[in-house]
Amino acid sequence: MSDNHAKMKHSIGTSNRWEMYLDNREVILEMRNITKKFPGVTANDDISFSLKKGEVLALLGENGAGKSSLMNVLVGLYRADAGSIYVNGQKVSITSPSVSSSLGIGMIHQEFMLVDTMTVAENIILGIKDLNLVPDMKAISEKISEISEQYQLKVNPSSYIWQLSVGERQRVEILKLIFRGANILILDEPTAVLTPQESKELNGIINQMKKEGKSAIFITHKMDEVMAFSEDVYVLKQGKLVASKRTSDTNPKELARMMVGREVLFQFDKGEYKPGKSVLTVKDLCAVNSKGLEALKTISFEVKSGEIFGIAGVAGNGQQQLIDSVTGLQKIRCGSVYINESDCSNKNPIDYIKAGVSYIPSDRLGMGVAGTMTVLNNLAMKGYRDKPFSSHGLLIKSYFKKFAENMIDLFRISTPGPETIVKFLSGGNIQKAILAREIDSCRNLLVAAYPSRGLDVGATQAVRTRLIEQRDEGKAVLLVSEELDELLMIADRIAVMFEGEFMGIVDSSNTDREELGLMMTGMKRDQVK
Amino acid sequence: MKFVFEKRKTQLKRLLFLIPFISFVGSLFLSGLLLLAFKTNPLMVYGAMFKGAFGNWFNFQETLVKAIPLMLAGCGVIIAFRMRFWNIGAEGQLVMGGIFAAWVSLFLIDFIPPWLVLPAAFTAALIGGGLWAGIPAILKAKLGVDETLTSLMLNYVAIIFCQYLYNVVWIDPNGYGFPGSKIFDKAAWLPRLTGRVHLGLIFALIIALVLWFMLKKTKWGFELKIIGESPMTAKYLGINIPKNIIIALFISGGISGIAGMGEVTGIAHRLTHGLDMGYGFTAIIIAWMSQLNPIAAIFVSILMSVLLVGGDQVQRTMGLPSAIGLLLQGMILFPLLAGALFSEYRVKSIKSIGEAVK
Repeated sequence: MSDNHAKMKHSIGTSNRWEMYLDNREVILEMRNITKKFPGVTANDDISFSLKKGEVLALLGENGAGKSSLMNVLVGLYRADAGSIYVNGQKVSITSPSVSSSLGIGMIHQEFMLVDTMTVAENIILGIKDLNLVPDMKAISEKISEISEQYQLKVNPSSYIWQLSVGERQRVEILKLIFRGANILILDEPTAVLTPQESKELNGIINQMKKEGKSAIFITHKMDEVMAFSEDVYVLKQGKLVASKRTSDTNPKELARMMVGREVLFQFDKGEYKPGKSVLTVKDLCAVNSKGLEALKTISFEVKSGEIFGIAGVAGNGQQQLIDSVTGLQKIRCGSVYINESDCSNKNPIDYIKAGVSYIPSDRLGMGVAGTMTVLNNLAMKGYRDKPFSSHGLLIKSYFKKFAENMIDLFRISTPGPETIVKFLSGGNIQKAILAREIDSCRNLLVAAYPSRGLDVGATQAVRTRLIEQRDEGKAVLLVSEELDELLMIADRIAVMFEGEFMGIVDSSNTDREELGLMMTGMKRDQVK
Repeated sequence: MKFVFEKRKTQLKRLLFLIPFISFVGSLFLSGLLLLAFKTNPLMVYGAMFKGAFGNWFNFQETLVKAIPLMLAGCGVIIAFRMRFWNIGAEGQLVMGGIFAAWVSLFLIDFIPPWLVLPAAFTAALIGGGLWAGIPAILKAKLGVDETLTSLMLNYVAIIFCQYLYNVVWIDPNGYGFPGSKIFDKAAWLPRLTGRVHLGLIFALIIALVLWFMLKKTKWGFELKIIGESPMTAKYLGINIPKNIIIALFISGGISGIAGMGEVTGIAHRLTHGLDMGYGFTAIIIAWMSQLNPIAAIFVSILMSVLLVGGDQVQRTMGLPSAIGLLLQGMILFPLLAGALFSEYRVKSIKSIGEAVK
């Protein structure tokens, strides 16, 4: 795994004094026998755990395993159906987020709750009740600076939020909680939005917090995070606590197995690479972004049947415009897009759909599904135009149902039923539903944008397996991803995008992370070699 | 015991039916408080209203007569609202439909055989209302102009244009200056079923049924729903949003236009005041209360009509302002909007275990 993991293991494993200190720390939080039910699902089933002062623990589990529900109970967003919570040995009843924050418990959600147009200091005091009518901003800024120095949370109190990077915003969130006296910090997948560099800094911040006696709980499905940050790890599966371990006593493989309840294949069975004729042909394509600025500069490539063509690169280098241009969602400035030798340049999405192009978009809830409609309807959204979904303009609802049940079964979509509103599903299951619909309707080309982003191990594996299946069936797959491991694992050829251009196209069997990494930073392939 | 709100993981279907009902009861209660403040016994008022609307055959007919334009305009609004297109211009579309029908009945009638007059008036009303709704639709589809403002303002353009017509341009020269056109030729009178209840009732029922079928069972209804629930998804699925907005709004306005035709050719038999009675605005409440279901809109329209007719009756028998009916209508919206909360959240009681902190 990562270097951090090794270091952490080392420091914990060798120092006896540290080990003893660990055991003598007082327990500051206990959740006992927490059960939380929703209609049709038990989100938490009799879960108990305790957290010590200065301890960092990880809650590991797949999407929908019950991690977020458990933490929402702790911060007062949900009420448990059974069980009790003890803070500093006292039984407490957490009825709202304000109660939990007065108990020193604070949560940092994946989407930051910051006001863009206000400064760091203003955001930090926002919502604090016992402030003067005109708060003494100078004193507040000083206190903020003091805390940020103490915890190595470098951020300027007078900066506006919109000026800050994602990593800095996260620091503001942490600062906000500490400023308000939080002793227990809950972090919901904190590194999902961070660059590797920022993740390393977060590691430093967490260590500093531990030294200052703060405790933290990580909600995560990433092994790196667990190994790098936590001392104890609790594994949740389908609402149940299936294991609790000292992090130093376990390893990513074992954790992954406990989390998904089966051996995770990190390798895929991939048929021989036998590219056929070109399905998608892009010639000298250029296009602008929504602000009218040049986003693609004369890009040319082909995706052949029976291959997965990967596009690597840091997000925002024109990938979205490229995808939109080959699915009809945006107009192109020059060049041409051919699907199977028919010219589709500047045609509409419907023409691409009719040409047999399927598309798994990165914005799942916004674009991939209509969140307020049922699973059944969402699954039928590609097929509804033709038989057997409809005939003579009339929908055949009995087929909708049959189709949905079939897809739910085939793609292992975990849902209470086909009539469930899709936004109530977990992220992984929403993605599985989109995957089911798009793969079922795919005839020639499958475009997948960041298909495994934010998914747990099980769902990620399902997505990748399906993409390979499509390739082996002789379809062309265009895969845009930020994860080099994913691309190296399943793509046949990889193009690296930088500032609207391809830095080069390489065979995945003939390249490595290093080469791709250099190209991602703007080096052309011939310069790398 | 304490109560808190908690987000539901699923939506409850039966709540969709319960909420409008509870809202109506809530409205009776809230309005009752107001009536009490004016030292009037609400039960007596409600009793008088009920009697006024159902008390005898004549009153009941009147309730049906007023329900006709409500049903039609309600159905018109429902199509637009299904797409989350906030067409609050049903009033103006109704008036325009009336004007177009009046034009056929006053002028075109001289050039066509008598049997064609009513079908022509029907078509003209559909086109008139449809075009009037088409203006905000095209502005929205092509230029992204907010439809709430444009459709609202066009109401007043239509109403005042109509006044101009019956006060000045089309005024009956033999009418002793009474504002209104001349009485139409009999060929342009919409047949009556009984009393003042005209054929428009049948139009309304058929349109509601057809609309329900269209929204529920056809591909086009499915597309409208997707556009309404998630425009981004609709675009991604290759659905032509501008085209659908324009077609749907033409139909939406057209149906309201037919309501105007019913009033002009079925009741007044001339173009005169009384078209802008607020049916188009009440239609918005009807659309919400029927949860955008055209079949439900039939019954809700009758209920609203009861309030209108009952309100008139209260004025006559108890000397109270007839606006009480409108007050009750408006009061329904408050609990109705609050009710939307309960379909997304549930109330949980907390038996306080241990000590609540602070």
